[in-house]
Amino acid sequence: MSTPTAPLPSPTPAPGRSLSAWWQATPLTAVFAVFFLVPLALILMVSFWDFNEYELLPGFTFKNYIAIFDGCGNTSEMCVTLKTYLSTFKFCFMVWLITLVVGFAVSYFLAFHIQSQGTQTLLFVLCTIPFWTSNVIRMISWVPLLGRNGLVNQGLMGAGLVDQPVEWLLFSDFSVTLAFVHLYTMFMIVPIFNSMMRIDRSLLEAANDSGASGWQTLWNVIVPLSRTGIIIGSIFVITIVMGDFVTVGVMGGQQIASIGKIIQVQTSYLQFPLAAANAVILLAIVLMIIWALTRLVDIRKEL
Amino acid sequence: MSDALPEPTNALKATMQRRSLLKGTAGILATGIFPAVHSAEPLVLRYLGTAVNQDKAIAEKFKADTGITIQYVAVTTDDVTKRAVTAPNSFDLIDTEYFSLKKIVPTGNLKGIDVKRIKNADKITTLFTTGMVNGKAVGDQGTAPKKVIFLEGEKSKKFSATPTQYMSLIPTVYNADTLGIRPDLIKRPITSWAELLNPEFKGKAAILNIPSIGIMDAAMVVEAMGIYKYPDKGNMTKKEIDLTIKTLIEAKKQGQFRALWKDFNESVNLMSSGEVVIQSMWSPAVTAVRTKGIACTFQPLKEGYRAWAAGFGLPATLKGRTLDGAYEFINWFLDGWAGAYLNRQGYYSAVLETAKSKMEAYEWAYWMEGKSATQDIKSPNGDLLAKVGQIRDGGSYEARMGGIACWNALMDENNYMVQKWNEFVAA
Repeated sequence: MSTPTAPLPSPTPAPGRSLSAWWQATPLTAVFAVFFLVPLALILMVSFWDFNEYELLPGFTFKNYIAIFDGCGNTSEMCVTLKTYLSTFKFCFMVWLITLVVGFAVSYFLAFHIQSQGTQTLLFVLCTIPFWTSNVIRMISWVPLLGRNGLVNQGLMGAGLVDQPVEWLLFSDFSVTLAFVHLYTMFMIVPIFNSMMRIDRSLLEAANDSGASGWQTLWNVIVPLSRTGIIIGSIFVITIVMGDFVTVGVMGGQQIASIGKIIQVQTSYLQFPLAAANAVILLAIVLMIIWALTRLVDIRKEL
Repeated sequence: MSDALPEPTNALKATMQRRSLLKGTAGILATGIFPAVHSAEPLVLRYLGTAVNQDKAIAEKFKADTGITIQYVAVTTDDVTKRAVTAPNSFDLIDTEYFSLKKIVPTGNLKGIDVKRIKNADKITTLFTTGMVNGKAVGDQGTAPKKVIFLEGEKSKKFSATPTQYMSLIPTVYNADTLGIRPDLIKRPITSWAELLNPEFKGKAAILNIPSIGIMDAAMVVEAMGIYKYPDKGNMTKKEIDLTIKTLIEAKKQGQFRALWKDFNESVNLMSSGEVVIQSMWSPAVTAVRTKGIACTFQPLKEGYRAWAAGFGLPATLKGRTLDGAYEFINWFLDGWAGAYLNRQGYYSAVLETAKSKMEAYEWAYWMEGKSATQDIKSPNGDLLAKVGQIRDGGSYEARMGGIACWNALMDENNYMVQKWNEFVAA
């Protein structure tokens, strides 16, 4: 599995510097420019425009950014934007932590406890079952389960554990987190499992021979070597949760704030410049998180 | 060799012929001498609107009557406006609400509809043209249709206060909304909008999360609670918006709301699952809950109703056969069949006279006159809606539409309102 790190002698000097290599890279560059860079630049531009009820007014104004942080200097009560980011961060952190623990445990089990490759593949496919139906259907299916008259409450009341239906099961922070974990743990499992499969098994034997306990091997050998997978999984989960508005809406009964939801409401009222300004801020924050994460590991080197 | 000769020659000849034929056809096409072939193409009208009004049966009946295909483009209320403003050539006919017009008309993306081409134009109910029901004026707070129904000219971006030859929208359906309740779970009479924020229903109430409509419901509640009387609920000042949102936020912090809802199905699910026992609701959603065999009342309240109305509009660039087709559809729509169909769903149609001619007397008596049903009342697709002896919630057309307190609106301070509404959601 593992290969020596010495670079292979290449037939041509300085690969990637020839003219033909530039040509070959052109199509992807063009696609990237047209579908990513240009729209991004447009969003940045529009975020400085003015607007009225029905049209965008080209110009240059900081009005939108000021409007977003309106009232944030107030110390007695937090402004909407900060509150919303705080709520989004809260979900982000909880979902990240839970999916990480669950994803790591599942990957560990798949990678080290299942010996036969056939069973491994079968169980891995089993993990993807939640992805066989649409996002929204997966979410809505929680409603009859967790609702006031849902299965869980019927079970609890039938067993005599509670006299009144438990209300916090649905349309709450709990249900939102639950749905996120249900939807996105897979994004943790795949990269972590992938990293784990690349760990040289002789390292584990060496640790064992040197008298390391199971926990010591886990903490000092497996976790550091799975780092790339953990970081990649974290990037997936964090970027998705930061921008989500559907899950928070459906599972939170539409009354939990998320930055994605605010952007969606603003676009539906034709307040594109405001939405663009919000999107730019959100993008900046997510990029900073990703930048910080990639400081922890050199993904290009590790892949 | 000689035997083989004729073949290539023939082939060559054929190619030549085909080429010249193609050339000739292209020439004819370029000069436009092929109108007969062109107009034989089946006409398709792209109909932009919300899913609620886009009924398959209506499109099928129209196709059977005229041969014109209706292609439904279903989006949300907010997205209809967005498409009309940003992509006016992506549809041939728009079905939108009157309150959205304040955003659409100033863009010049709509064409005034020539009432001379609308057969039943003078029979359109007076509620739209003069704001009266049976000679009695109804509430006109908010964006009442009479304020925005006429344009100064065919290509005008301005509304006319007095009737003109050009209408912005030809009304299709309208109704007056109120609170929906679960009488089996509440077990006492509900008579006021104030009940929505009554702590008795803590954790069992819901409100509409479309800001421009939700704020009107909230305003009805604020007035009913005696907190404040608005000069115009449909056009609040910043201070009034602050007050309204503050009331909502306080209630939310006390845990009053189980959920907020944004689309029809959400409201139906909340109500039928018993998550919510009182919420702002649309009449057909109440009907949908009821067809599941669950008791649900579209509760008339003493403060009156919040009304809404939708209508057909034409994009400014529409012309030729498609424009004629759109006019044909509007005329067909006002001709009775569609009106009767909508009346049987619990909406009201724009031309009552023609709809009446397509309904049975007992149906008309139940839906429009507020009389008890003499036969079982069924929905257009055959579901039982009311048994013999039952009376429609809210009574007759006159009682319901006469009880309008305000209309769905677009405020001058709309941007501020949306921002404050986000604050309510985030609280």
